[in-house]
Amino acid sequence: MSMTGKPFKYAESPEYINPPPGGHSACPGCGEILAMRYFLKAAGEKIILVMPPGCAGANINAPAPSLPPFIRALATPFMTAPILAGGLSTALRLRGDMETTIIAWTGDGATFDIGLAGLSGAAERNEDIIYVCYDNEGYMNTGNQRSSATPRGARTSTSPPPTTKPERKKDIMQIMVAHGIPYAATASIAFPDDLMAKVRRAMSMRGFRFFHILTPCPTGWLYRAEKTIEVARLAVETGVFPLYEIEYGSNIRLNREPRDLPVEDFIRIQGRFSDLTPQQIEEFKSEIARKWQILRMLMHGESNRG
Amino acid sequence: MIKVITGNEAAAYGALLCKPAVVCAYPITPQSRIPEQISEFVAQGLFKGKFVNVESEVAALGYVIGASAGGVRVFTATSSQGLAVMHEQLHWAAGARLPIVLVNVNRPLAAPWELTSEQTDSLSQRDTGWMQFYCESNQEVLDTIIQAYKLAETVGLPVMVCLDGVYLSYVAETVEIRDQEVVDYFLPPYHPEVSSQRYSYKIFMKEPPPMFGPQGYIRRSYMADRYELHKLHQMSFAVAENINEEFKNLFGTGYPLVEEYKAADADTVILTSGSAVGTARFVVDQMREEGYKIGLVKLKMFRPFPKHLIRRALLGRKKVAIIDRDLSPGQCGILHQEIRWALNLPGQSVPTTYGFVAGLGGEDITPELIRKAIEFTMKNDPVDQDVIWLGLVEKRKYDEYDGKTLQIR
Repeated sequence: MSMTGKPFKYAESPEYINPPPGGHSACPGCGEILAMRYFLKAAGEKIILVMPPGCAGANINAPAPSLPPFIRALATPFMTAPILAGGLSTALRLRGDMETTIIAWTGDGATFDIGLAGLSGAAERNEDIIYVCYDNEGYMNTGNQRSSATPRGARTSTSPPPTTKPERKKDIMQIMVAHGIPYAATASIAFPDDLMAKVRRAMSMRGFRFFHILTPCPTGWLYRAEKTIEVARLAVETGVFPLYEIEYGSNIRLNREPRDLPVEDFIRIQGRFSDLTPQQIEEFKSEIARKWQILRMLMHGESNRG
Repeated sequence: MIKVITGNEAAAYGALLCKPAVVCAYPITPQSRIPEQISEFVAQGLFKGKFVNVESEVAALGYVIGASAGGVRVFTATSSQGLAVMHEQLHWAAGARLPIVLVNVNRPLAAPWELTSEQTDSLSQRDTGWMQFYCESNQEVLDTIIQAYKLAETVGLPVMVCLDGVYLSYVAETVEIRDQEVVDYFLPPYHPEVSSQRYSYKIFMKEPPPMFGPQGYIRRSYMADRYELHKLHQMSFAVAENINEEFKNLFGTGYPLVEEYKAADADTVILTSGSAVGTARFVVDQMREEGYKIGLVKLKMFRPFPKHLIRRALLGRKKVAIIDRDLSPGQCGILHQEIRWALNLPGQSVPTTYGFVAGLGGEDITPELIRKAIEFTMKNDPVDQDVIWLGLVEKRKYDEYDGKTLQIR
């Protein structure tokens, strides 16, 4: 499945999400379970997952566990994944375990909303953990309610049309980058090479490392299950979800120059945007443009802040 | 080494002597001196563990839950609103059976804001599965923390050590800082592998199932788990008593879970907890000299509730005056509820209880008030009153309504 045509580097690495016929308990076409699959392939076994409530926490354990028993996972209250992960990491380091990587595996609800204060605190303290936000742009585990990661104009079960979500999506990467953490990266399940290379990179570092992975959700975004990769790829190629990484709050690398496909391609493939007016589509596009302005500014070291 | 220190400082010294690997506490009045003092221990090179400043009480307890699950000894401290913020994770820590020691400085809960003293904050956390102790003096605060670690790590449950805000937290008393070598002997380094805790380090790190938390329970009976939690609480009476005996042998001071003071031949006893116990001792001494046959019962352990010890202390008496520095609005004082339940013995003659509520929001519980309570109890026949208010200075209009004339709108 390599995008570059070269041999798939990690094809031989172990599968931790139970391969068929074991399967998993996520919805058909789930983006998050793919993100976890690639992430674990690159991260290996010397990890402890720290998981708040969310799709992943539910998926991997019930009714059929999706993870083998030797992958340790620690459940946490909704708002404490980064905090608890930090405490656990500290304890293991004090006990002389410098090898095990603590990975907080959280959704956009835990990250953008209820756990944001704890996330900021853990980043400020530069806890030695990897924090992953799998972003399906809503509270999908409880039935597709809006979160502050839901894009403007999307319909959810708490923002039904015609009162679709009026607020813009929070830019979590900017928030995290502003903390000056050692590593922050976006990643996409449509670009597994890139995702896994970033995981390997993060695994080789110490301190607080942050991942923002866009994980399309057929159940909530209202598209057919087999389109998940296509939707994820369109998000990148239309510029809606740029792939980049930033070290220490300033050294930015753009990992993929988008093909600049029309944003409408991303919007029209999903039922949740079916109520967008032409004006809202224009607003959506100008928000993407502003995001790129900021990114380009960071990349080229230009500043118009006076 | 004898020092003149406040209750907060005694708590910090108590923690220092127990050598936790991770200390994480968020400042709140009237507890702030505890994290301050520990940070000074760090600056002086006395505290060798990791002291972590965090952004909230959510983080303070969450961090020590993570560290305790990782297999090290931990300490945290809070008060009132902070304890309420921790509420979700109090259940979590007990359910996960983590041997965390938390010091709570008792303070009223808003609204309205009040920064002084009241025990409703921790008493209302009685159903979280934590063990709870209430202290009378600063020495007792320090000593109880040392005992608490041994108890927590033996039973595999978290322990809350409570001291009254202002009366203990801010008032300096002479405190013997226990000898480190003896403390080390009494409380050996923490080995999570040999602890009886179930879901924390031992199981989590060594044995399947991989998931520790609610998801894991799906393949396990939650109810059976609660049964075990309850059983552990019941088993801990004997453990706590043995630990106190050992402590007494080593250090010369012990603290019964329920203490009777000059109560041997008393028809009427007064029962209370926390700093008011000291005042009550003074009043009992006075009235004994005057020839009254009265005594005192001090409740130190609140969870698990020492029903058998309460019965031993109270059965055979005529009357018991209970002073609650707390209130369950719409019911009565919390200690009063618990004592009544312990005395629910069909067919036996049990003492009449008088439920006083005093000292809310830091009103002083003076010797005069305590004397008033005792005299009221001795003079009056049983009263059918949920709460006998003691020292209520500002009565408002509700008395004249008497609950009958409030208009339904």
